[in-house]
Amino acid sequence: MACIEAHGLRKAFGTTIALDGIDLRVEEGRILGLIGPNGAGKTTALHAILGLISYQGDLRVLGHDPWKERDQLMLDVCFIADVAVLPRWIRVSQALEYLAGVHPRFDRAKAEGFLARTNIRQTSKVRELSKGMVTQLHLALVMAIDAKLLVLDEPTLGLDILYRKQFYDSLLNDYFDRSRTIVVTTHQVEELQQVLTDVMFINRGRIVFACSMEEFESRYVEVMVNPENAPAARAFKPIHERQVLGRSILLFDRADRQQLARLGDVHTPSIADLFVAIIGNQAQVAQGVSR
Amino acid sequence: MNTQSNAMPETFAARNDRPVRISAARLLYWSVRRELWEYRSIYLAPMAVAAVFLFGFLISTIHLSARMRAVSTLDPMRYRAVAALPYDFVAGLMMATGILISVFYCLDALYGERRDRSILFWKSMPVSDLTTVLAKASIPLIVLPLLVFAVTVITQLVMLLWSSAVLAGSGLDVGKLWASLSFFRMSALLLYHLVTAHALWPAPVYCWLLLVSAWARRAPFLWAVLPPFAIAGVEGIVFHTSHFARLLAERFIGGAPVGTVSPPHAFPTGPTVHVVPLELLSAPGLWIGLLIAAAFLLAAVRMRRYSEPI
Repeated sequence: MACIEAHGLRKAFGTTIALDGIDLRVEEGRILGLIGPNGAGKTTALHAILGLISYQGDLRVLGHDPWKERDQLMLDVCFIADVAVLPRWIRVSQALEYLAGVHPRFDRAKAEGFLARTNIRQTSKVRELSKGMVTQLHLALVMAIDAKLLVLDEPTLGLDILYRKQFYDSLLNDYFDRSRTIVVTTHQVEELQQVLTDVMFINRGRIVFACSMEEFESRYVEVMVNPENAPAARAFKPIHERQVLGRSILLFDRADRQQLARLGDVHTPSIADLFVAIIGNQAQVAQGVSR
Repeated sequence: MNTQSNAMPETFAARNDRPVRISAARLLYWSVRRELWEYRSIYLAPMAVAAVFLFGFLISTIHLSARMRAVSTLDPMRYRAVAALPYDFVAGLMMATGILISVFYCLDALYGERRDRSILFWKSMPVSDLTTVLAKASIPLIVLPLLVFAVTVITQLVMLLWSSAVLAGSGLDVGKLWASLSFFRMSALLLYHLVTAHALWPAPVYCWLLLVSAWARRAPFLWAVLPPFAIAGVEGIVFHTSHFARLLAERFIGGAPVGTVSPPHAFPTGPTVHVVPLELLSAPGLWIGLLIAAAFLLAAVRMRRYSEPI
């Protein structure tokens, strides 16, 4: 059984269509990166999965209908939205007490263990903590919950690189095992590339690209060529081309690596490169720009 | 839920083998505790008001002996009126404090969590919207009346013990004061008054405020106050009557003397007041009010389900 399964998921806010018929299947044990430009529908999709908004179409999360059974679902699902959602008045000790009170899968000792590694004191109020510490606190709370699905919506927004790195490190080392599922949206794609098992691009309420990272690495190849080799490389039909310091970088889908290697330096593209190629092309088509 | 979890394959069922049921009472308890953490004024304000009053009272007892000596020859009714004055005053003060806290609490209860986006955190907990709204409604309808009662009775007890010590010190009859006040009866009437006139009777008003705070995107106070004013105004202009305004005033300011028989302007814990609970329970107004309150609460639950950070 899939952890998340959606068919024809739609959501409109007035005349704005946020989700335009999404089909989605996330298996157990995956780490899925949901990547898209601002306003693409990422947060709407996550909120539908979490039962925070109503929607049209079929959606099952861990066998539940999220909109009708949010409270039941939240026994098995954890959620971190961007950093500002922990109530500012709450004390760290109160947050621990509250979770121990209402959440049967919360392990207080575990959370205290995670907190002991940080500079967060239990007597502090959330309003007294820095942005990075609030995220550390939220992560410590969430990692101490034995959940099946963890949803992260821009969890590291506005944090410096040290906190961001630490965030994903502890998520992988202390939390993730092959039976949990993580869905994450972020703009800092580069830092996630090594973490993800699957990637999905979403644009204007539609999923425009989805593949596993193994597939990604075998399918896509980027070659950097000098200007004299550019026409030869273009013959292989790149899906995207950009100029860097007088040289051309061409991105190919399913091209012969050995032939390309004769023309220039071959490497696996970053998710961000492919994102720009796919979403950027779409934007140009939409604007009627010809290449 | 059960049928679905049974149908889940091994991989899901194998994990999380700890029991996952948390009783509704426990969820409600922790939801109420979180309200008391967030709105500490619920218990701090009554205690602060009581402390300030008590301080003033203790100073005023310098003249207590002289005052009581002057009235000691009056008939029991007049003696009682003078002796009970500070006790009635503090009870009234605490009731007013309770109403004020209730109103401001209700207006913020479901609005504040949307404004500071913490609703996203609360909704990531396995607590239903119904539990949350019931916990919030219990603050003005159960917690505050009981708290006001407890703080008032403790304050009055301190006053009474202190007065007794002062009077005994000047050789006056302490027993007369105790007999005249009949402390136990006064406390029982206070509890009855708080439950009936401060919780059951105005319940639709508080639930209306909760509904507005679940719904308003800004200025919940204005949204709570303006529609009733508008209705009363339209009624006045079109029909030249004021039934709606009277209805509201009766529900709220002071509360109607339902369930008691007393002379006009008697303090609700006074010796002339007699309770008639059956009359209260058989009053259609009580039940209609509670039905309206329940409808407002259900609407608030629904609003919270749809609500997003603002």
